[in-house]
Amino acid sequence: MSDIDFDEGDDDFLYDESGEDYLDESGEDYLDELDFTEIIQEKQERKKYEVEYKVYSIEEIEDFQNKEIEHVANIIGCFKEHAATLLRHFKWNKERLIELYMDRTEEVTKEAGVIVDAQKLPKLIKVEDFCCDICCDSGDDIESLALSCGHRFCKDCYSQYLTQKIKVEGECRNIQCPSDACNIIVDENTIKMLVSEDTYHRYTSLLIRTYVDDNIFLHWCPAPNCEYAVECKIHDSDLQRLVPTVKCKCGHQFCFGCGLPDHQPCICSLVAKWLNKCRDDSETANWISVNTKECPKCKASIEKNGGCNHMTCKKCKNEFCWVCMGPWSEHGNQWYTCNRFEEKTSVDARDSQSRSRAKLERYLHYYNRYANHEQSAKLDTELYEKTERKMERMQKSSELSWIEVQFLKEAVETVVQCRNTLKWTYSFAFYLQKDNQTTLFEDNQRDLEMAVEQLSELLEEEIKPNRIAELKQRVVDKSIYVKHRREILLEDTAQGLKESRWVFIDP
Amino acid sequence: MALPKRIIKETERLMAEPTPGISAVPHEDNLRYFDVEISGPDGSAYEGGKFKLELFLPEEYPMSPPKVRFLTKIYHPNIDKLGRICLDILKDKWSPAHQIRTVLLSIQVLLSDPNPDDPLANDVAQEWKTNKEKAIATAKEWTEKYAK
Repeated sequence: MSDIDFDEGDDDFLYDESGEDYLDESGEDYLDELDFTEIIQEKQERKKYEVEYKVYSIEEIEDFQNKEIEHVANIIGCFKEHAATLLRHFKWNKERLIELYMDRTEEVTKEAGVIVDAQKLPKLIKVEDFCCDICCDSGDDIESLALSCGHRFCKDCYSQYLTQKIKVEGECRNIQCPSDACNIIVDENTIKMLVSEDTYHRYTSLLIRTYVDDNIFLHWCPAPNCEYAVECKIHDSDLQRLVPTVKCKCGHQFCFGCGLPDHQPCICSLVAKWLNKCRDDSETANWISVNTKECPKCKASIEKNGGCNHMTCKKCKNEFCWVCMGPWSEHGNQWYTCNRFEEKTSVDARDSQSRSRAKLERYLHYYNRYANHEQSAKLDTELYEKTERKMERMQKSSELSWIEVQFLKEAVETVVQCRNTLKWTYSFAFYLQKDNQTTLFEDNQRDLEMAVEQLSELLEEEIKPNRIAELKQRVVDKSIYVKHRREILLEDTAQGLKESRWVFIDP
Repeated sequence: MALPKRIIKETERLMAEPTPGISAVPHEDNLRYFDVEISGPDGSAYEGGKFKLELFLPEEYPMSPPKVRFLTKIYHPNIDKLGRICLDILKDKWSPAHQIRTVLLSIQVLLSDPNPDDPLANDVAQEWKTNKEKAIATAKEWTEKYAK
């Protein structure tokens, strides 16, 4: 099952015990939402470029937490509230908590801010002759509360204090007794008792958020308004060797490593580098390429916006001829004309010029293809929307069933997905050293690209009701082929990453 | 808005039982604004100096800490040119159980025991760490010049 050999054994991961259950569930959950062809694929072995992961809802995370809390409370024999505080202090590492607790109970509980052998949970009561240290109100009939540390404050001050901590400071698992230098943690039950429903809701969602944030194997799905979290046992160090692409239950497909949308087969570090370069460079680079030449000495880009061919670089004061790029000093008395094109010095200057131009052009080669696929994917989607309306009309006017007109939707999805993959192959290739491996990669890239373009072309064909069956056949055949080509490319790239077969350069 | 009971009580107590070397007097027109004077602690570089501070109790007090600032120029690694003070209980270690009195006492302690490892005024802290004698001499000089 596991092609990717992360050293799971070393991890202090929290799901250790129940890990296998989750695996099985993930298989089944997943199947509900897929159609038949994909079920068949799912049953097959996991592909080299795929990683194991599981999507959790907030409720599932809460359930899981409650189970863990109950378990710990049973083992050490304390209130669930206290077990929860301990677990949060240990960032849900149950094994470590129990081990350390058994060894050094006093130290551990002190550090975590819990008094576990407390006889009862905090309650609001009226104490005779009470004076609140915060508001200085005193009397016999003031409701007040103290945690197991005994520091007593009135109900109003307490709830104001908690609300301030939760709403203003965004605190949750670290809210301490209001007393000076007392580190006893206010438990969930007490908070529920003292704050408004709205604040309590905020408190629990902060708790969940910290839980996910603390756990390096859990990330929130980055899609707007999506509340699922994805679990994937990938370390940062693995990211040089694989691209952990996951698909949330909301449908958003993203990279677990960096949170960006799916960027297979390009690894995260190159993606970051590439995006950064594109942000800075692309438009400027295009313009520079068309409109400027470089100073033969200092390589500053120069735009000639008028005047004669006798150029003086503003930066390094080098004087040269705009036509032959050779040094101006060799032009002697023949001012403003240049017949020295073949002189050695000017040939050298042009060589060096073309080398630096070549670098720019190489970048533009990859960038333009990258940008083209991004743009085409958008156009394909737009085209599909138009086609879909047409298909709906056709469905009404002809004998076709709904299911029969669905093939276009799937084909468009395939095209868009493959264009996304192709897009990132160009970013990947930009950083690849030119060698035999790269040639193979580019062959795969070319095959996929050709297939995708053919399929994309098919989608543009005019749809005639009487020839729809034939079109469907061609589209379906081509889609299968395209998917296959994508798999080949991804498999090979993933395998190469695993074997460190690719040599990266810093162009 | 009426002044909370807590502030009234604290003010009364500050007046009735003043702490040696510390005085805090509220403005008549704004009872949340205090004129503070702290004497330089004996044995410190600030001995003999009288340092003026301003203290303001924000709306959220005591849930939020008071705002305190030195008005007298002082050479101290945890106090910057504008008189801002780097002190944990004025920030994340604030507890509503702290009072004006405890805050001012902590500031007095900070004068006896500067902490150059958690500096606010970087150049002063650097001097304090590399050439303590010279730093203390400068602090004394400033005390003479500005705090008397």
